[in-house]
Amino acid sequence: MTTTPRAVRRNSRPAAPPDPARPLLPASEQIRLLDPAGAPLPVHPDYPAPPVEVLVELYRRMVLGRRFDLQATALTKQGRLAVYPSARGQEACQVGAILALRDDDWVFPTYRESMALTARGIDPVEVLTLLRGDWHCGYDPAVRRTAPQCTPLATQCVHAAGLAHGEAYQGRDTVALAFLGDGATSEGDFHEGVNFAAVFKAPVVYFVQNNQYAISVPLSRQTAAPSLAYKGVGYGVPSEQVDGNDPVAVLAVLNRAVAHARAGHGPFLVEAHTYRMEPHTNADDAARYRDADEVASWQDRDPVVRLETYLRDRGALDDTTVARVAAQAEEYAADLRERMHDKPTVDPLTLFDHVYAEPTPQLVEQRAQVRAELAADQEGAG
Amino acid sequence: MASMTMAKALNTALADAMLDDDRVVVFGEDVGQLGGVFRITDGLAARFGDKRCFDTPLAEAGIVGFAVGLAMSGLRPVVEMQFDAFGYPAFEQIASHVAKLRNRTRGALTAPIVIRIPYAGGIGGVEHHCDSSEAYYAHTPGLKVVTPATVADAYSLLRSAIDDPDPVVFLEPKKLYFASAETQLPARTEPFGRAVVRHQGTDATLVAYGPAVPVALAAAEAAQAEGWNLEVVDVRTIVPFDDDTIAASVRKTGRCVVVHEAQGFAGVGAEIAARVQERCFHSLHAPVLRVAGLDIPYPAPMLEHTHLPSVDRVLDAVARLQWDDQPDERWVAA
Repeated sequence: MTTTPRAVRRNSRPAAPPDPARPLLPASEQIRLLDPAGAPLPVHPDYPAPPVEVLVELYRRMVLGRRFDLQATALTKQGRLAVYPSARGQEACQVGAILALRDDDWVFPTYRESMALTARGIDPVEVLTLLRGDWHCGYDPAVRRTAPQCTPLATQCVHAAGLAHGEAYQGRDTVALAFLGDGATSEGDFHEGVNFAAVFKAPVVYFVQNNQYAISVPLSRQTAAPSLAYKGVGYGVPSEQVDGNDPVAVLAVLNRAVAHARAGHGPFLVEAHTYRMEPHTNADDAARYRDADEVASWQDRDPVVRLETYLRDRGALDDTTVARVAAQAEEYAADLRERMHDKPTVDPLTLFDHVYAEPTPQLVEQRAQVRAELAADQEGAG
Repeated sequence: MASMTMAKALNTALADAMLDDDRVVVFGEDVGQLGGVFRITDGLAARFGDKRCFDTPLAEAGIVGFAVGLAMSGLRPVVEMQFDAFGYPAFEQIASHVAKLRNRTRGALTAPIVIRIPYAGGIGGVEHHCDSSEAYYAHTPGLKVVTPATVADAYSLLRSAIDDPDPVVFLEPKKLYFASAETQLPARTEPFGRAVVRHQGTDATLVAYGPAVPVALAAAEAAQAEGWNLEVVDVRTIVPFDDDTIAASVRKTGRCVVVHEAQGFAGVGAEIAARVQERCFHSLHAPVLRVAGLDIPYPAPMLEHTHLPSVDRVLDAVARLQWDDQPDERWVAA
């Protein structure tokens, strides 16, 4: 009879099985690669900083984005836009998401993503069509691979899952990135979208910009979870939380999320902690639900300043480049101002053009009626 | 010619569409291995693979929203809502996205999606399994709303729906699923936008669709004993709506009763009655009447016969069509 040495017996106890939820959970703290002032933090093993030339481009588009956003707010005050939901303060998220994608990837934006769309290279006048009010979508979504800006909350989460699955089904390695906000994570379609994407292993990145408020309602009324990124684990979806005002970290985390999706591992959920510096829209009064101290505390984490400081310290940005980018931004804004100056012409008869591929007999009748009304108006005016 | 059920005709239409067009994918709850609770997708997963006919998570908004994304990628999704009332979670996706995608994007993106919905009652179903929800969809511009009443139409209209460049809410009358008729497939009947006269008559027109068509035909049959020769028009496609065929029939007969299962208030019958009187005022000898479901939530199985339009109720309405040129006593002020 042989006896097993005590040490071996101890080691032969079966190891506890690995916790399957563990790899899906976000870090307990936001991923951060820059400190609030823009100084680099220790290198993160999972999130290497993107190449410096990419960060310079990120900076350039963020500066242009901010200038665009300010211009759009100004246009609203001048009555050129019906409404404008600003994303000022969220530049790192808006532009970082675009730089993480290829041009042939698909973006599912909400109404707050105007800056992201301009970062994608879409003509700002076309971006503002929805908000100017001459149609619901000004750019060609099929050409730009960018869905129309979604105003119902979270419904785009399911579209992104379907699009991504359809692309994979047809043998293409497209990734879909769905933007959403903190409030939208309470909507059923967010959960159905993430779940569908997970079950079908669809290559989707769900990118939550948690800007702390859904209009006036604070995050504490949306969730009791430790972080919105914890919502992924219940669907089997790996998730991460990131400092949304740290442009280097946002891009690093999204790069990993996109690579995960493109490699066929299914969806990835990213929560970016950020803050909208402006009210919900120009029609909102943010003073009714948040105080000036809170806003000021976020001012100290301004993503544009933070990235500029970092790049200057690294010697990747100098006064000349900063001035050149600022001039580009002014030029961009001036061009937008100029082209938004005149009211667009709208043709009421186009109302009937895109209801169905072929108008129904009833629409043909109504079109004839409107045409007659217009002719009568013209005659009356003439 | 073989005797065939509407269920089999629908199943064959799906299979033939999948055979003809690789882009067609079929999905929903229990539609894969099981073949759907009514077996309309029976055998499709086995024949075309579980990538083209597949089960999804149990989430109707998810199913329809997923279809929107698939359509954007170039596919032709055909989805099943398991029962009429279970389609309501998908309503936002249908009304805000499926119906509007073409319009919002000026035709750059379209949603050639077919949403199949077993609907209406008469099968002894418990609550939430028997709604007639057509008015919700018909009220939403951008959707086509179709409901077959015959086996041949079931096949042909479903094929047309799948081929259509626009989204189609395809309402399948549950109580007709297992009614059979001599039918040779592939059948091609009249296109979308055409109503069909199912029974010729001269005295009054019964306008019906879906599960109400057999009721109207039975009423026309029974009316002969009362000396009335009734015409029956099957609407077939609620959207697009065929004003011409229906108005031509009413101009000929001078009287009209609209018959449907859905509750009458603000229903499709109200729209039809309004359209008929707009077009046929000078030909009408009596107001257009409606025989519809009662304005109540769909009743429990043992009470549904009181709710549903019956031959007797249709004949009672026909009797009130002012044959003696006297006002309807119900509307005369006391």
